[in-house]
Amino acid sequence: MRSFKKIYKEAENKIAGIAAAPGIVIGKTYLFTKEKLEINDSPITDIDEAKRNFEEALKKSKKELDKVFAIAKEKMEETRAAIFEAQVMILDDPVLLKNIESRIEKECKQPEYIVNDEISKYQELMKKSNESYMKDRANDIEDIKNRIIRNLQKKRWQSKISEGMIVVSDTLTPADTILLSRSNVQGFVTDHGGLTSHAAIISRSLNIPAVVGAHNATTKIKEGDTIIVDGFHGYILLNPSEEQIIFFKEKKQRHVDLQKGLEEYKEKKALTKDGKEIKLLANVDVSGEIDMVITCGAKGIGLYRTEQILDEVGEYPSEDEQVRIYSNLSSRIYPEPLTIRAYDIGGDKFRFLDFQEPNPFLGMRGIRLLLNNPVLFKTQIRAVLRASQNKNIMFMLPMVSTINEIHQSKGIIEQCKKELRSEKMEYDKNLKLGIMVEVPSAAVMAREFAREVDFLSIGSNDLIQYMMAVDRGNDLVSDLYQEFSPVVVRTISHIVAEAKKEHKPVSLCGEMAADTLALPLLLGLGLDSLSMSPATILYAKRIISSIEFKKAKDLAEECLSYTHEVEIVDRVERFFKDNSIFRTRNIL
Amino acid sequence: MIEVTVKIINQAGLHTRPAATIVKLASKYQCDFFISRDGLNINGKSIIGVMTMAAAMGSELTLSFDGPDEKAASQEIIDYFNRGFDEL
Repeated sequence: MRSFKKIYKEAENKIAGIAAAPGIVIGKTYLFTKEKLEINDSPITDIDEAKRNFEEALKKSKKELDKVFAIAKEKMEETRAAIFEAQVMILDDPVLLKNIESRIEKECKQPEYIVNDEISKYQELMKKSNESYMKDRANDIEDIKNRIIRNLQKKRWQSKISEGMIVVSDTLTPADTILLSRSNVQGFVTDHGGLTSHAAIISRSLNIPAVVGAHNATTKIKEGDTIIVDGFHGYILLNPSEEQIIFFKEKKQRHVDLQKGLEEYKEKKALTKDGKEIKLLANVDVSGEIDMVITCGAKGIGLYRTEQILDEVGEYPSEDEQVRIYSNLSSRIYPEPLTIRAYDIGGDKFRFLDFQEPNPFLGMRGIRLLLNNPVLFKTQIRAVLRASQNKNIMFMLPMVSTINEIHQSKGIIEQCKKELRSEKMEYDKNLKLGIMVEVPSAAVMAREFAREVDFLSIGSNDLIQYMMAVDRGNDLVSDLYQEFSPVVVRTISHIVAEAKKEHKPVSLCGEMAADTLALPLLLGLGLDSLSMSPATILYAKRIISSIEFKKAKDLAEECLSYTHEVEIVDRVERFFKDNSIFRTRNIL
Repeated sequence: MIEVTVKIINQAGLHTRPAATIVKLASKYQCDFFISRDGLNINGKSIIGVMTMAAAMGSELTLSFDGPDEKAASQEIIDYFNRGFDEL
């Protein structure tokens, strides 16, 4: 069977966007365009009548929005539905309404003109903000403005569409999203918007697959076109080929089958048939994902990528800000562990640095950059220590390649502890320190490195990239990026064996952990825990529960003897078949 | 009149839900309530105004309360800011 990677590589009809709500849909499109409102700015003679009209339009709008609010509450969690509460409140906003009324009196112009002008002023202010969520909010307010104007013009709302279509639009307001969902909409595609836009949040709550930020989707897609929306990967396939349709239909069916009975695994441990537990932890990018981590039954956070905070906050956050973020996460996940990885900046993740390197992946990144920027590093270490009072935080260093880097880091950590003591600040004196094993030098020296720290975590993505010397983003060579290469299997086995000699636990937190095909192999190789995207955890639990650890060990042993990737893949696939385990590869 | 500077400490900033709560709290009181930042001064009883504040985590706002029940109003609202809008 082909992989998603291959399908997308070959597809010339793909449109890329942001995966906003998971799921796959195939269907006909409905191009949702808002009718452009014509604003009548002619003078009026009867002020009282204009004010009466305005009041009626407000009343009508409120009735409509109350209905939307009610549907939202029925379909979503209360906190999500609160998005609409603010919109309803705008219709009661004393300042806004007073301004509009007094301008109608003073300027003697059509209420629709005044309403448009007055609300647009606020929108302009919001659009000027650098925060992307404020731009989304300006979009939400557009909905209120148009709603009042439409009701002033006594026009009817056209949101009725044929059942079961995929809605394609330049933007979607929360109200659009909710109302359209009533027509059994199958999916959403929008030109604009990000992961945090209200439309994205609502699609996720409603379980409707969505791809947002697909730039010029509306110029490429015509009404009635057939499209495939892949809300897992953030792609749209326009007028798909027979082959693509078959591929995605199969994926979709598989996904439906796989979801059956998943819930029951929430409370269960990840135990093999013969009773061996493997801890399944969650990878967390932004702190907002914590709800998902808690509901998926993870045994903690195995990887919190702190560099994403820089994106969220927009700059290097202060020590206090970091303490708040880490403490919050630590309390929410308590008593399970939270593994905080120090900023992994550099390589492809260049943001606030203004130097250019000819070879960034082999240059100033990970721990190298931190040791070169002691102030940045120290601020983070102090914050992690200060947040560690629940004693469930672990700290992890990225891209360690020499033992010296561990020594230096430990020196800085000790220095921070000393400072905190003299400042009479509390911290976890036994804070566990670990390193990411993601370059060949660390893999080879796993035992010596393990001796220096409390735990190891294998970052499979980078490890494979550096072992095979392949940039997987480079189409010319990405075929060499092989998770099942004998090199990778043997390297993981070596790392685990060496760490075990020092009695240190080893986890794996790269994408390989989320590839269900790799699960028995990783289990057999003796990893203590796997960290993956929260959405994958229940699937992984189910697969693990149908594996016998003894057999997985035999499988791993056998795979260690192979020379070719294909032999290993065949062997693992046979393992699934022989043990009648229902699996999916890369479904999520 | 009571004037206090507060800092936004929750991660998502002054987003839609806390904006709505602030307005609801303020509306219970008679006193005038204004929020200002960077030269922008808005009425804290106006939801559209509070939404426009665009206050991200770490930003500082000046709150002013003026009227007979200013003390009670300021206590309740400042407390809500200090609790990080109950999101911490």
